[in-house]
Amino acid sequence: MQLSPLIISLQVACVATIITFFCGIAAARLVLKIKKGQNILDVLFTLPLVLPPTVMGFFLLLVFGTNNPLGQLLATFGIKVVFSLSGAIIAAATVSFPLMYRTARGAFEQLDINIIYAARTLGTSEQWIFWKLIVPLSWPGIIAGTILAFTRALGEFGATIMLAGNIPGKTQTMSVAIYTAVQAGNRQLAYQWVAIICIISLITILLMNYWSNYQKRRQQREVKL
Amino acid sequence: MSLQVEITKKLGNFTLDIAFSATDEILAILGASGCGKSMTLKCIAGIEKPDKGRIVLNDRVLFDSAAHINLTPQQRQAGYLFQNYALFPNLTVDANIGVGVKAPAAAKRQIVNEKIKEFYLEGQENKFPHQLSGGQQQRVALARMLAQQPQLIMLDEPFSALDNHLQWQTEQQIRRILDRFSGTVLFVSHNRDEVYRLCDRAAVLDHGHIDFISDKHSFFDSPRTAASAQLTGCQNISSATKIDAHTVMATDWQLSLTTKAIVPDDIAYIGYRSHYLYPATSIGDNVYPLRIKRIIEDSFSMIILLANPDNNSDDAPTIRWKVDKNIWQDDYHQQQIVNIGFDPGKIMLLSK
Repeated sequence: MQLSPLIISLQVACVATIITFFCGIAAARLVLKIKKGQNILDVLFTLPLVLPPTVMGFFLLLVFGTNNPLGQLLATFGIKVVFSLSGAIIAAATVSFPLMYRTARGAFEQLDINIIYAARTLGTSEQWIFWKLIVPLSWPGIIAGTILAFTRALGEFGATIMLAGNIPGKTQTMSVAIYTAVQAGNRQLAYQWVAIICIISLITILLMNYWSNYQKRRQQREVKL
Repeated sequence: MSLQVEITKKLGNFTLDIAFSATDEILAILGASGCGKSMTLKCIAGIEKPDKGRIVLNDRVLFDSAAHINLTPQQRQAGYLFQNYALFPNLTVDANIGVGVKAPAAAKRQIVNEKIKEFYLEGQENKFPHQLSGGQQQRVALARMLAQQPQLIMLDEPFSALDNHLQWQTEQQIRRILDRFSGTVLFVSHNRDEVYRLCDRAAVLDHGHIDFISDKHSFFDSPRTAASAQLTGCQNISSATKIDAHTVMATDWQLSLTTKAIVPDDIAYIGYRSHYLYPATSIGDNVYPLRIKRIIEDSFSMIILLANPDNNSDDAPTIRWKVDKNIWQDDYHQQQIVNIGFDPGKIMLLSK
C-alpha cells in the first residue's frame, strides 16, 4: 500500500485549512462591516457549500485554465494550478471556505454589540477591537469552524478530481484513491483508505467535543471563583 | 464647556427630533422605555448616525450633516456608561481600565493605579469581569470611562441592573464622581427619584420629542404635559375641559374641580398626585363622595382605588389615593362611599 495519498491528503487539508481560516474570518468581517450588498456577498461566499463540488471544480477549471488570463498570468510565473498539488489545495480551500465563513460570522454576530460600542467610545482602533476583542471572544466558534473546514477539506473529492485530476503520487488524495481502487476492483485497498479516513475524521470530531467540553468546564469553574 | 444637540433620526415607528443644550451641569433625560433616550446618547457618542442635524461639544463639531462632518466615536472623547456596563470579558480589571488611556506605559500605569484606588478595586486587578459582583463591575466600568478623561459623560440607566440595596451605594459613588467632573453630564433614566436626587435639570423625552427642559423643582412641582406628569410619578391623570377661569371638568372622573391657578385655554388634562387627596367629613367645594373600588396594601402605604359612584361598572376610571400606613385607620371597606377632597393648589393643569 502506497502511503502517498495519506500524505497528499494531509498536506492539502492542512494548507487549505490555513487559507480558509484567514479568508473565512476576513470574509465574515467584511460582510459585517459593509452596509450595502451584504446579501449578495453572503450568497457568493456560501455558494461553494450548496453547489455540487463538480460544478465548483468546473468553475475553478475555467478560472485557472491556461486559456484564461489568470491561468496564463500564473503560467508566466511558472505556476501551474491545473493537475497539480496547488490545484488540489485550491479546490479543497474553496469548498471548505463557506464552513469557516459561516461559523465565524455566526460567532461574531453573537457578541454583545455594546462591548464593541464601548471600545469605540474609549477611543480604541478598529484593528484593536477586531484582534483583541472580537477574535478572542469568538474563539470557540472560530475553532469549531476551523475543524469543520479541515474535515471537509480532508474528504474533498469532486472539485479536486476536476481541477487537480488523479495523478498517483502527485494529486491523488485518499478520497480519490478510494474511487480509483473501487474502479479497479481493488476492494482491499478501498477498505483500507475508508478505514483511515473514518479514523482521522472520528479523532478530529472527538477532539473538538473534548475541547468544547473543556471550555465549558473552565468557564463554569471561573464563574464559581 | 457646553453641549449643543440638534438632531433628527427616523426610528421604526416614530422620528427622534430633539434639540437641547447643556452647560457644565447634570442634565437628566427622563422617558419611558422605547422613547429614544438611549438612541439620543448613541447619536451623541457617534455609535449611531442621525439623519440630520448638528452636535457640538465644547466648540468642537462632532456631527454636522450640512457640512458632512461625522467624527468617529473614537474621535469624540465622550464617556459612555452602558446599561449592562459592556466590560471586556476577556480582559482583566486592570486591562479593562487601561483600554482608553492614551499615554506612555509609565504614565498609563499610574493613571490605572489611581483609578483602581479611587474605585476601591484593590485586590481585584487581575480578576476577570465575570468574577466580580454587580457593584464591582459597575465601578470598573466607571473607572474605565473616567480613565480616558472624557469631555462629556453619558450615563445610560446606570442603576437599572443593580439590586435595590446596591443602587443607593452606587448612587452615592456616582454623585461623588459627578461632583468632581467639570463638564456636561447626561443622565438617562426612567426613575424619577434618581433624577430628582442627582440632577440639576431634567428634560422629558416622549415619542422622540423633548417636551421641555426645566430645573428639577419646577419640573416636579408643575409639569406641563401629561407625559411629564406621568414621568414625575403623578398617577391620577384625567382628560379635562375648561369651564371657567378657575374651574375644570375632569371628564374621565366626571368631577368639576376648582383650581387655584388660572385654567389655560389649551388645557387637555389635569393631574393630581395620589398622596395629596384627603378624607373630608362633609361634602363641599372640591369634596366629592367617591366609591372605594379596591384597597391594595403596598410596602409602606395603602393604595385605595376610587371611582365616581355614578359609574358602577368595573372599568370605571379610577383615582388612586395613597395613605401612609402610619396614619392608616382600618375602617374602610370595598364599595363604601367616602368623602374625598382635592386641594385646589395641588391640581396640575396640563397641556397635550
